[in-house]
Amino acid sequence: MKNFVDENFELNEVQKLEGHTDRVWGLAWKPAAGIDGVPAVLASCSGDKTVRIWEQSPATGCFQCKAVLEDTHTRTVRSCAWSPSGKYLATASFDATTAIWEDAGGDFSCVATLEGHENEVKSVSWNASGSLLATCGRDKSVWIWEVLPHNEFDCISVLQGHTQDVKMVQWHPSVNILISCSYDNSIKVWAEDGDSDDWHCVQTLNQSNSGHTSTVWALSFNASGDKMVTCSDDLTIKIWGCDIIRMQSGDGNAPWMHISTLSGYHDRTIFSIHWSRDGIICSGAADDAMRFFIESKDDLVDGPYYKLIYKKEKAHEMDINAVQWSSLENNRLASASDDGTIKIWEFISAPGKKMHL
Amino acid sequence: MVVSNMVSGLINANPVVYERKERQTRSAPGDVDEYAHIRDVKDPEHPYSLEELKVITEDAIEVDDKRSYVRVTFTPTVEHCSMATVIGLCLRVDIRVAPGSHASEAAVNKQLNDKERVAAALENPNLVDMVDECLAPSYG
Repeated sequence: MKNFVDENFELNEVQKLEGHTDRVWGLAWKPAAGIDGVPAVLASCSGDKTVRIWEQSPATGCFQCKAVLEDTHTRTVRSCAWSPSGKYLATASFDATTAIWEDAGGDFSCVATLEGHENEVKSVSWNASGSLLATCGRDKSVWIWEVLPHNEFDCISVLQGHTQDVKMVQWHPSVNILISCSYDNSIKVWAEDGDSDDWHCVQTLNQSNSGHTSTVWALSFNASGDKMVTCSDDLTIKIWGCDIIRMQSGDGNAPWMHISTLSGYHDRTIFSIHWSRDGIICSGAADDAMRFFIESKDDLVDGPYYKLIYKKEKAHEMDINAVQWSSLENNRLASASDDGTIKIWEFISAPGKKMHL
Repeated sequence: MVVSNMVSGLINANPVVYERKERQTRSAPGDVDEYAHIRDVKDPEHPYSLEELKVITEDAIEVDDKRSYVRVTFTPTVEHCSMATVIGLCLRVDIRVAPGSHASEAAVNKQLNDKERVAAALENPNLVDMVDECLAPSYG
């Protein structure tokens, strides 16, 4: 992996996407797009109850709104996620449903609606193979759905355990374990019980084991899946690690351990965090700023430590709700804000020089 | 967010009503301007403003221009005031109840400072109606 520590960085605003008529809550880059001639595609979801699909024009490089998915959700759309194949987009809404949209060459149709949550659904995530979907919400529960043929979705588990609103769920990038984070200040790890198809909580990370002391808003895994980063209303970012070999060999009980807490960098709630494929952590916060951190390999006596390498103040006019690195182009990322806009950025090292792989 | 007691009766039927402070124009901007915006917000249960019921006072507003924040501390008239969350929704800034003034102080503060919870609550028509009532200008 490239060593970034001694480099100078620049964050350039490539484009500002306008169109939503309310705050933008979430973003998702379409997998398998943005490479080999296939134009990059970004989905965004908003308090205006719609989802917008933005596509980059191969000729000009500009993103244009190709579709507006409306008249389906009746309240805020809070989260969106593409299936690993890019064929489906799941959208989670305050209207207590999760809609599944099929992308038929630019034409989107809602092919399924998942009901069950008692109130606002806050997050949706597909597992690595696309065989499972997870949702969570204010009703404190996490639901796991099995993806069946002919656009059928079967709920296989309703997981209780959090004592408050669950803000986000994320599947591990390679193993079928699910992590959730909540208004109850904790992070929970959920795994299947051997072969019994029984899902349960295998670990809880809270104040008693170096966890957060206020609402945990988001989490993100690194590319190899041996680490995850969480962000919170407690103004800190925490890095956690696990024994990935043990986890990949089928031991869902391999515990997550606290590695590092980054405090003093944020003085407002951190709403979003995303770990890029080449190891850069980007945070989006309520002070309208984006911050970038990397792992420093300098002093390994006490384990890895993390450095702030760049800060973009006033990245937006208002709170930043989502930051997402592009799944394919390493130096590109998108941000979404309460100001109703989305921005596309290029994060490069040294002025005029593009980061090379 | 539970808004109860709508049918059974008022949370505080007999509030103490204080005199409205004379409005003075001041040269320096800051705390006083913010107070001017909030003093007239009406109590959800009575035709008095939050200022008249001493739910908000000038001292309870902190303004930090440099770090761009305004914090308002409000004191519900009774300790178990379930109207606290409604009042909080009318005051759209960093908000908290005065320490010691409410039984579920931490819980109320946390909800009011969670913008996602506030956004979802404001999509609830019943709650919106109550908030709109409080925010409606009073004449005379």
